[in-house]
Amino acid sequence: MLNKATQLEQAERERVFVTYVEDKPGVLNRVASLFRRRNFNIESLTVGHTEEEGVSRMTIVTNVSESVARRIEANLYKLVNVLRVEELTDKPKVFRDMALIKVQAQKEARVEVLQICDVFRARVVDVAPEALIVEITGENGKIEGLLELLRPYGVLETVRTGHVAMRRGYGIGSRPT
Amino acid sequence: MRITGARILWETLVQEGVDTVFGYPGGAILPVYDAMLDYPIHHVLVRHEQGAAHMADGYARASGRLGVAIATSGPGATNLVTGIATAMMDSSPILCITGQVSSDAIGSDAFQETDVTGVTLPITKHNYLVSSAEEIAPTIREACYIARSGRPGPVLVDISKDAQIEFAEYERDRSEVRLSGYRPDLRPSTDEFRSAAQMIEDAERPVILAGQGVLKSNAMQELAEFVNKTNIPVAMTLLGIGCFPASHPMNLGMMGMHGEAWVNQAIQESDLLLAFGMRFDDRVTGNLASYAPNAKKIHIDIDPSEINKVVRADVAIVGDLRETLREVNPLLQEQSHSTWLEHIDVLKQESGIRDVQNLPGNGRLLAAHVIHDLWQLTQGQAFVVTDVGQHQMWAAQYYRHDRPWTLATSGGLGTMGFALPAAIGARFARPDEEIWVIVGDGGFQMTQAELATCRQENIKLNIALINNSFLGMVRQWQEFFYDERYAATPMVNPDFVKLAEAHGLTGLRVERRNQVESAVQRARNTEDTVLIEFRVAQDEAVYPMVPSGADLQAMIRRPMNEVKARAPRSKSRVE
Ligand SMILES: Cc1cc2nc3c(=O)[nH]c(=O)nc-3n(C[C@H](O)[C@H](O)[C@H](O)COP(=O)(O)OP(=O)(O)OC[C@H]3O[C@@H](n4cnc5c(N)ncnc54)[C@H](O)[C@@H]3O)c2cc1C
Ligand SMILES: Cc1ncc(C[n+]2csc(CCOP(=O)(O)OP(=O)(O)O)c2C)c(N)n1
Repeated sequence: MLNKATQLEQAERERVFVTYVEDKPGVLNRVASLFRRRNFNIESLTVGHTEEEGVSRMTIVTNVSESVARRIEANLYKLVNVLRVEELTDKPKVFRDMALIKVQAQKEARVEVLQICDVFRARVVDVAPEALIVEITGENGKIEGLLELLRPYGVLETVRTGHVAMRRGYGIGSRPT
Repeated sequence: MRITGARILWETLVQEGVDTVFGYPGGAILPVYDAMLDYPIHHVLVRHEQGAAHMADGYARASGRLGVAIATSGPGATNLVTGIATAMMDSSPILCITGQVSSDAIGSDAFQETDVTGVTLPITKHNYLVSSAEEIAPTIREACYIARSGRPGPVLVDISKDAQIEFAEYERDRSEVRLSGYRPDLRPSTDEFRSAAQMIEDAERPVILAGQGVLKSNAMQELAEFVNKTNIPVAMTLLGIGCFPASHPMNLGMMGMHGEAWVNQAIQESDLLLAFGMRFDDRVTGNLASYAPNAKKIHIDIDPSEINKVVRADVAIVGDLRETLREVNPLLQEQSHSTWLEHIDVLKQESGIRDVQNLPGNGRLLAAHVIHDLWQLTQGQAFVVTDVGQHQMWAAQYYRHDRPWTLATSGGLGTMGFALPAAIGARFARPDEEIWVIVGDGGFQMTQAELATCRQENIKLNIALINNSFLGMVRQWQEFFYDERYAATPMVNPDFVKLAEAHGLTGLRVERRNQVESAVQRARNTEDTVLIEFRVAQDEAVYPMVPSGADLQAMIRRPMNEVKARAPRSKSRVE
């Protein structure tokens, strides 16, 4: 029998890591290769520049247990180009994904689609006679919710950026020193 | 001064203290070879680049210094791969320098172009692609620093041909290398020392598991102090051998798959395991679900990613072992553990009866006898380099090391073909020491071409070739687990004595135990490399053996009927 603490430790759940890396060729490859080689799965990985020159920021979302999370952190730190890792899973944070959804919207359907978008605070960013492109930003549940409602009208294409995360408040705890 | 990239490379390497390199030339690295002639560098021409990587590795293991291997692009670089992976698994500090096609041709499938940084990404501690001369000096300095510091490991620097040829400004840089994303020396917190000391005080059946980290951190003295104070017995991993004197009364011997029976039994019965610089390899633990079920674990390791990787630690201390023991030792109480030690003694006696040393040879030459005799004849003072297989395990069991850094063996990757080139590398690190290569007939043939390197470099090695005309370790698995169906393990071998002679070296053959001594002494008294072929029994097995993935206490032991009379064995027995 596993005791309670062990059970909690082994339970898999969504975890969010913010990783600052040196902006050098092959860094993305090194991080991705680490996850592949150690058999840690990646749900989502986004990367972009930061306010600091030469430093990029990755948001990595993965579905793992507490002990695997600690190993991921330790292994990320072993990469020479990784400057700092912060796990935001249980921290107050803004956590966003963005999607573009191309949906069929002819005649009377168009009005309904626009109304749905309005409720979700999604923006229409392209209008064509037969279809609209809708832009939505939010957490996973919100985007899935909109997609669910738009599907009956005919979703032609979707694209998602993957998650980005930032800690709430004044603290910039994850900034490399 | 303005000099070529190739010269900058040598300037920097010389400044880093490099005086010996192992390599093989080719088009994409030629500017580097040409410039080498003007520097105080001894270059060892290998016969296959795998040999260069193993030599650099052997050099590093024998000296604790950085070993350097050089190869050309494409096939030269890919031939290094096995040696790099070997060094990675056993944390050996080597620097590999490879030539790359010119930077404007990269990505075009140019002649002999291979994405070497891509290929070696998962088997190096770090790697670099350099495509301008001015990057060479800072990159090499970083590479050397990364390879040597923290948990050491291989670093590869791939240099495009145009970067070797073009000129750049070079000034000696004496500053320390600083890398913002790399922290090799983490400091543990004092709370952890106290909880560790308390746990040690409370334990009744503690065992120290001493690994290669003891040797890497040079913590032999601190370990000895720890043991003298606490009277806790020491079990070693294969790579830890030598970190604690074999003749010390507190030494238990090797743990794991082919460890001594009493060591594994003690571990299984233990209530506290002290893991000092070892990483709980699956050859050490067997089935994890039943591993040391009643033991708390204290894990001290410099690499945070090793903590809780395999075995959950109750107290984890991340840091250099030597530094850590220096903090912990003063907190320890004197202990005696007499009941526990007496119990282990009882376990030992039962096992001793099955020891091959107590078996009559019955006229057959046994590899374990050969290695035992070799140990006695060399007074246990030789630097031993083994290959991989049964002979490796017998060497671990019967060549007893009292001094640190006297065994080099491929543990984590288990690379056949390692021994001869690694010993050549060791020779350059320890010019005056007696070196013995212990190698099987299978592994020897993987890198035997390096005999020519011995000749060309005029170096002295002693090679004990344990010839059982089988891929012995695999044959043993087939005997135990595959119904004695010997698929692809019998070997038809060349005449090894003639092979040695064809290289201008001395070859000897031994078929009976009473010839062992004179052959060994002759080898020791010959100036050149001597190869002794020991024609040993073909059907011997290494005992004890924990089948892969089985419980640590489920050892296959030498059948008792063999102990009484050495009759031809029927089936082995699982206890
Ligand atoms: C045929 C075969 C059979 C084998 N059978 C056995 C067997 O029966 N028993 C056995 O033990 N092995 C056996 N092995 C070897 C096994 O596969 C492993 O290589 C070995 O157990 C690893 O030992 P280790 O953990 O001490 O060394 P390593 O793998 O080198 O690990 C060393 C650890 O020490 C840490 N470290 C490094 N430097 C420091 C420092 N300065 N301070 C603190 N920590 C540090 C590292 O981070 C690492 O975690 C066998 C291999 C082969 C090929
Ligand atoms: C490069 C490589 N290939 C295959 C193996 C698998 N393997 C492990 S031990 C062994 C047999 C070794 O035979 P030999 O060198 O004759 O030594 P012995 O076991 O007989 O002492 C083999 C094939 C390996 N370890 N390395």
